[in-house]
Amino acid sequence: TYMPRPGDGAPRAVTLIPGDGIGPLVTDAVVQVMKAMHAPIYFEEFEVSGKMDKIPDVVMDSIRKNKVCLKGGLATPVGGGVSSLNVQLRKELDLFASLVHCFNLPGLPTRHDNVDIVVIRENTEGEYSGLEHEVIPGVVESLKVITKFCSERIAKYAFEYAYLNNRKLITAVHKANIMKLADGLFLESCREIAKKYPGIEYNEIIVDNCCMQLVARPEQFDVMVTPNLYGNLVANTAAGIAGGTGVMPGGNVGAEHAVFEQGASAGNVGNEKLVKEKRANPIALLLSSSMLLRHLQFPAFADRLEQAVMGVIKEGVHRTKDLGGTSTTQEVVDAVIAKLG
Amino acid sequence: RCLGTSTKDTVVRATLFPGDGIGPEIASSVKQVFKAAEVPIEWEEHSIGTSVDPQTNSFVTFDSMESVRKNGIGLKGPMTTPIGKGFRSLNLTLRKSLGLYANVRPCLSIPGYKTPYDNVDLVTIRENTEGEYSGLEHQVVKGVVESLKIITRHASLRVADYAFQYARSNGRKRVSAIHKANIMKKTDGLFLQCCREVAEKHPDIVYEEVIIDNCCMMLVKNPSLFDVLVMPNLYGDIISDLCAGLIGGLGLTPSCNIGDNGLALAEAVHGTAPDIAGKNKANPTALLLSSVMMLRHLGMVEKADRIQKAILKTIEEGKYLTGDLGGKASTTEYTMAVCEHL
Ligand SMILES: Nc1ncnc2c1ncn2[C@@H]1O[C@H](COP(=O)(O)OP(=O)(O)OP(=O)(O)O)[C@@H](O)[C@H]1O
Ligand SMILES: Nc1ncnc2c1ncn2[C@@H]1O[C@H](COP(=O)(O)OP(=O)(O)OP(=O)(O)O)[C@@H](O)[C@H]1O
Ligand SMILES: [Mg+2]
Ligand SMILES: [Mg+2]
Repeated sequence: TYMPRPGDGAPRAVTLIPGDGIGPLVTDAVVQVMKAMHAPIYFEEFEVSGKMDKIPDVVMDSIRKNKVCLKGGLATPVGGGVSSLNVQLRKELDLFASLVHCFNLPGLPTRHDNVDIVVIRENTEGEYSGLEHEVIPGVVESLKVITKFCSERIAKYAFEYAYLNNRKLITAVHKANIMKLADGLFLESCREIAKKYPGIEYNEIIVDNCCMQLVARPEQFDVMVTPNLYGNLVANTAAGIAGGTGVMPGGNVGAEHAVFEQGASAGNVGNEKLVKEKRANPIALLLSSSMLLRHLQFPAFADRLEQAVMGVIKEGVHRTKDLGGTSTTQEVVDAVIAKLG
Repeated sequence: RCLGTSTKDTVVRATLFPGDGIGPEIASSVKQVFKAAEVPIEWEEHSIGTSVDPQTNSFVTFDSMESVRKNGIGLKGPMTTPIGKGFRSLNLTLRKSLGLYANVRPCLSIPGYKTPYDNVDLVTIRENTEGEYSGLEHQVVKGVVESLKIITRHASLRVADYAFQYARSNGRKRVSAIHKANIMKKTDGLFLQCCREVAEKHPDIVYEEVIIDNCCMMLVKNPSLFDVLVMPNLYGDIISDLCAGLIGGLGLTPSCNIGDNGLALAEAVHGTAPDIAGKNKANPTALLLSSVMMLRHLGMVEKADRIQKAILKTIEEGKYLTGDLGGKASTTEYTMAVCEHL
C-alpha cells in the first residue's frame, strides 16, 4: 500500500521536449500512459529541433525551474558547424552522469542471457570537448580533456549508485595503456573513490577487451564507469546484446537537474518510414519514465508503470518491428495502459 | 639467394618470426602445412635478439627489419616485450620502421565452433599510425590533462585506399567508414571526407558511413549487415576486438599489417600463452589463418583457399581440436589433421 504524505497528490511539473523524428511519437506515448495512471505530474511542453543552433532560453528556464525533463531525440547534423543540442543540454545543465540500464527483459529472447548492466558514463568532457582545429591543411587535431574533478565526481556517482541499488561490482573502462596521462588520471580517480566503498568490488578493463568480453560473456559485468566516448560505445554494445536501443532506459543527471531520455542512442530520431508509419518503439522511453517517477520519489507509480511495460513484453503480442513484431507505437501504448494495475 | 630445394623462379622468400612462448610451436605448424600444401615459400627465420640492438633501440635486430623490408612479406608469432626502460616495444619498433599503417582483420564464423553469432563474415581495417594513439599528452594544470588526437589527410587517404583495394581484390562488395563525426566534426570529418574521395574512384563498390555507437549496436544485433569496415585507430582497436569476440576470440582471428610499398606482415594477435608453452597444446589456428592472409596478399589465392578450407574442415569435423576449443588433441595432431584435409 502506498500511504501518501498529505499533499503528495499535488502534481509536479516536468519539462517535456518531444524533439525530432520519432521523438514526438514516443514522448506522446509517455504522456498518454502517465495520464492513464493518474501520475502526479504534469508536463510543460516545448518545441525544440536539432536544427536550432541553441536550445531556447525559455526551455532552459523551464528545466532549471522544474529540475526534471523528459525528452525525445534531437537530430544531430553530421559534419558542418552546428553542435549537437543533445550534448549542449548535458553541458549547460552540467548533467555529468549519463546512465543506461541494459538488461534482458523476461519474454524477449536474445543471444545472451543474464545481462544486467548499468553503464555510467562521464558526460561533460573527454573526447566531447569540442576543441578541434586545423594545424595546417590536411592535419587536424582534437583535444580530449580529462580532469580530476570530473573523473572523481563520476566515480563517486557510480559508487553511490551501486551502494543505493545494492550492486556488487564496479568496472572502470579505460585505455590507460595508450593514453597514460588522460585515462591514467581517470583510473587514479576511480581507485581513490573505490577505497571509500570497501563493500563494493572494483576492477578495471581495457576498452577493446571490454567490448570483446561483452559479446562473449556479458554476465560478468555489473556497473561500469567510463569516460565519455567509451561509455557511448559500451552502452550501445550492451544495449544491442540485451535487446536493442529501443528497449533500454536511461537518463542524464547532475547535482541539480535530471533529463530522462531513451538510454542508448538517445539522440536517435529514427527514419522517415518509422515516423510516417508511427511504428517507433516506445518501450525504452516508457522505462525511462519509470526511472523519472522513481527519481521524483513516486516509487509506487514507477513500479506500476514498469510492471505494465514488462507485462506487455512478456506477453509478446504487441511488439514493434525492432523486436520482431508488427505493432504500431499506439498499439503498444494501448497494451501498456490495459495492463496498468 | 642460397640454393634451396626449389629452383623455380616463383619461389617467394618470406621472413618468419616464430616469436616466444607458444610461438615456435605454432610457427612449426605453419611450416608443416605449407610443406604439405607445396606452397612455394622459402622462410627466412629470425628470432628476437637477446639484447637491445642499438640500431633499432629494441630487441628486434636491424638484420630482422632488413629481412622484412627486402622480402616485403613476413609472418610473426606472438612476442613478449621484455619489461624495462630505455628501449622500444617490439610491436612499436616493427610498426614504425616498417611503416605499418593498416591493420586488417577478417572475422569469419567457424562452423563447428559455436558462439551466439553465426554467419559473421566481415573485415575490419584499422588506421594504425595516428589518431588517438599519437602519444601526445600533457598536464595543463594539476588535475587537468589533455590528449591529442591527430587525423591527417595523408594517413586517412592511404588507409581508405587500401580498404577499397582490399575490397576489390577480395571480391567484397561494400565498404563502411566508421566514425563519430557528429561529435568530432573536424577530425572524423576529415577522415570521412578522405573516404568519400576514394569511394568516388570505386563506383562499383558500395560505400556507406556508420556512426560508431550505432555500429556497435548493429554488430551485436546483426553482424551480417557488414562487409568491409574502415576506421581511425581507436575505433579500429575497439571494433576489431568486438568482432573477434563475435566469432570466439583472438585464438581464431588472423591479422595482417600493411606497410610502405605494399609490404605485409601477418601476425597472430593472441599472446604467448606461457602456461602451455612447450607442451604441444597450443592452437595454431590464428597463425595458420594469418599465413593464409599472407598468401592472399601474394596473390597465391589457390593455395590460400586450400589451406583455409582444410583448417575449417578440421575444426568442423571436431575430431582433433586443441584444448582451448574443448578438444584433447595436441598441436601436432591438429596440424596433421589439417595436412590430411588439404
Ligand atoms: N528500436 C530499435 N532499437 C534498436 N535497434 C533497432 C531498433 N529499431 C531498429 N533497430 C536496428 O537498427 C537498424 C536499422 O533499423 P530501421 O528501423 O532503420 O529498420 P530497417 O531494418 O532498416 O528496415 P526498414 O528499411 O524497413 O526501415 C537495424 O539493424 C535494426 O535492427
Ligand atoms: N525507439 C526506437 N524505435 C525504433 N527504432 C529505433 C528506436 N531507437 C533507435 N532506433 C533505431 O536504431 C538505429 C540506431 O540509432 P542511432 O544509434 O543511429 O541513433 P543516434 O542518432 O546515433 O543517437 P546518439 O548519437 O545519441 O547515439 C536507427 O536505425 C533507429 O532507427
Ligand atoms: Mg547512436
Ligand atoms: Mg586491441
